[in-house]
Amino acid sequence: MALFRRSAAVAAPQPVSARRTANDLRPGESATVCCLKDPQMALKLLEMGCIPGTQVRLTGRAPLGDPLMLVLGDEEYTLSLRVSEAVTIQLKD
Amino acid sequence: MAGAIKEPRPAVPQLGTVGAAPAAERLPRLALIGNPNSGKTSLFNQLTGLNQKVGNFPGVTVDRKTGIAALGGQRRAEVVDLPGTYSLYPKSLDERVIADLLYNPLSPDYPDFVVVTVDASNLRRSLLLFSQLADLGLPAILALNMTDVAAERGIQTDLVALERELGVPVVPMNARKGVGLAALRIVMADRLAARPPAGRFGEPAAELRPLLAAIRERFDLPNDYLALHYAHQFGQLHFLSEADRHYLAELTQEYAFDSTAQQAAETVARYAHINELLLEVVTVTRTERREPASNRIDKVLTHRVFGYLIFLAVLFLLFQAIFAWAQYPMDLIDQGISMLSAAIQERFSGPLVRLLTEGVIAGLGGVLIFIPQIALLFAFLAVLEETGYMARVTFLMDKLMRPFGLSGKSVVPLISGLACAVPAIMGARTIESWKDRMLTIFVTPLMSCSARIPVYTVLVALVVPDESWLGIFNMRGLVLMGLYLLGLGSALLSALLLKTVLKARERSYFIMEFPVYRWPRWKNVGLTIVEKVKAFIFQAGKVIVAISVLLWVLASYGPGQRQAQAEAQVQQAAQAQRWPAAETERRVASARLETSYAGTFGHVIEPVIRPLGFDWKIGIALLTSFAAREVFVGTMSTIYSVGQDADLGTVQQKLANEKDANGQPFFTPVRALSLLVFYVFAMQCMSTLAVTYRETKSWRWPLGQLVYMTGLAYASSLFVWQLFSQ
Repeated sequence: MALFRRSAAVAAPQPVSARRTANDLRPGESATVCCLKDPQMALKLLEMGCIPGTQVRLTGRAPLGDPLMLVLGDEEYTLSLRVSEAVTIQLKD
Repeated sequence: MAGAIKEPRPAVPQLGTVGAAPAAERLPRLALIGNPNSGKTSLFNQLTGLNQKVGNFPGVTVDRKTGIAALGGQRRAEVVDLPGTYSLYPKSLDERVIADLLYNPLSPDYPDFVVVTVDASNLRRSLLLFSQLADLGLPAILALNMTDVAAERGIQTDLVALERELGVPVVPMNARKGVGLAALRIVMADRLAARPPAGRFGEPAAELRPLLAAIRERFDLPNDYLALHYAHQFGQLHFLSEADRHYLAELTQEYAFDSTAQQAAETVARYAHINELLLEVVTVTRTERREPASNRIDKVLTHRVFGYLIFLAVLFLLFQAIFAWAQYPMDLIDQGISMLSAAIQERFSGPLVRLLTEGVIAGLGGVLIFIPQIALLFAFLAVLEETGYMARVTFLMDKLMRPFGLSGKSVVPLISGLACAVPAIMGARTIESWKDRMLTIFVTPLMSCSARIPVYTVLVALVVPDESWLGIFNMRGLVLMGLYLLGLGSALLSALLLKTVLKARERSYFIMEFPVYRWPRWKNVGLTIVEKVKAFIFQAGKVIVAISVLLWVLASYGPGQRQAQAEAQVQQAAQAQRWPAAETERRVASARLETSYAGTFGHVIEPVIRPLGFDWKIGIALLTSFAAREVFVGTMSTIYSVGQDADLGTVQQKLANEKDANGQPFFTPVRALSLLVFYVFAMQCMSTLAVTYRETKSWRWPLGQLVYMTGLAYASSLFVWQLFSQ
């Protein structure tokens, strides 16, 4: 198995403005991760399990609107991340 | 390691034996590694119990916890606890320790095998790290932890299939309760005898082969994957020489190696592989789609109103505990010490006895009195950490901290700074961003640490009446809280000031996992308390006792004949004025102290501190405090015990008895306030300066702290005394 080929999902260029991001989710709403916009941020998100194709659900925001809580996949574990980080997670339509 | 040169990796390791082990024989070494919140610390505590050592900052950045685990029979092994991480690509300073340890097979610290703790309720993500370790060629054991949480969520793991797929022993366990520990010990002992490496997950792509072959040849590495990590991380590996790094820099450039893209591709490919593997291993049966309890608790604890109220209540409870509850054992210790001194002085006399009672025992009392407060504070912090509440505090506070240039992650070091700035500054290592980290380190010593508590308690108790306000709030508790808030406020404002000066070097991450809420394990809490109290007694305690004795000598003896002359003068005056014997004795003692080395010292700096309302006796205490603040109380006790009745036991009584030139009490509320404010701000801790230097690797930072904080203290005390004393 050739493990370390470039992944199309991460590197593919996207029309930036068109896509919704994790920050656009309404509380309780779920969506599927399409791609990760920021290469450096992507490394961190990927190793924490936020990979393209994963289901994410916004469970809440801190009282001042930032950071937010995101539940990943069906394994029900929660990430906490800032709005500036959440906007790099683009969602499938 | 004493004696012979060790072979890098002996084929058959020697088994450690209890008792008469020759010095040259080394115990087999295993490393404990896993994701954050995977129960690694619980497992470490279960394996080693009280047999733990925290390395006293060996190396540049490494703070390693090691312990000895008994594996049944005569077999033992040394266990190294590594920082929690999600992958072998370090994103913080803490995680770089792992790279330094695991990428150098020639290092004497290289582990014989690794125990990987894995969260059974989150196997997919946990296996990412495992797969990387396996590809490094390390022999491994998988500790499948948190099986209780997995069972609750209806997650079943086929252990036989998992073992077959991974090629390593899998031990199901619940480390918090100690379930599965016996089995793990047996498997570990087994691994010591034969250590087949784990099965491989994948090979680097063909296009990388020439690059990796070159690296392998130069460094004599056992496999391609290790060579790949050299290509990724050569800039951060401390064991590589400058020439080696230069070589790797040129080589990776020659082959146009794109570290970021390769890393992302590797992680995605690994997850794809793990997903496939888990299809046959994990089955999930959800009986009801109920929201997990943790999420429901979060609705309350991170609520826009209740969240902050609860956090404030937790803090208030903390201060009440430190001030009110700790008072009982502290009084007992204080009384015990004065009774001991009095009993000894009653039976014996002479300079050696005075050295023992006024020097050694008084100093020892100054150390022991701390223990209840340190134990309570660390019990609180450990419980907050253990239950998962600390992560919610980070979440709640992030937006509030950002205007000051800090992040939510700074809150934990800042709160730990309430206990002691030394571990707190080291705790700032979890902050990835350089700028956030420097700001946090710089302002943390402004948080009122436990070494200031004795100063606060003695002075507050001296001038604030022990009454309640509105029937519930203890007045002294409120004043104490005010001092803490003053420290916090100055820390935040200082960060704001520094933020404008400092330029960011890299982007800052905040992203983190929320651990599920759990009941604290009291064993972990207990071990934390023992560890901190021990560190305090043996590290700070030694300094305090030594300085107490030194001080007693300085306060009892003086330069040349000045003491004798002063004493003769007083005796003459006594005969002329016909003073009673007790009066003469007090005046002689007072004259002797004033002409002693310490008195001379205090007199020299008196002009500088007089505008703050301090006299030469306080001057002595300020000077000795620069070694460590807690010495203040010991100093006051020693200095004021000279020339007063031995019956006056506690420090507080001694201070209350001190009179000024007009016969009025010397410690007025304003004078005490000026002194308190000085102690809130002043940088008076050599250990903190040393640890700041160690963490920042530059003298600029500790010197900046010293000048800035002491200047702030002087200005504030000057302000208080000049404004309110008239």
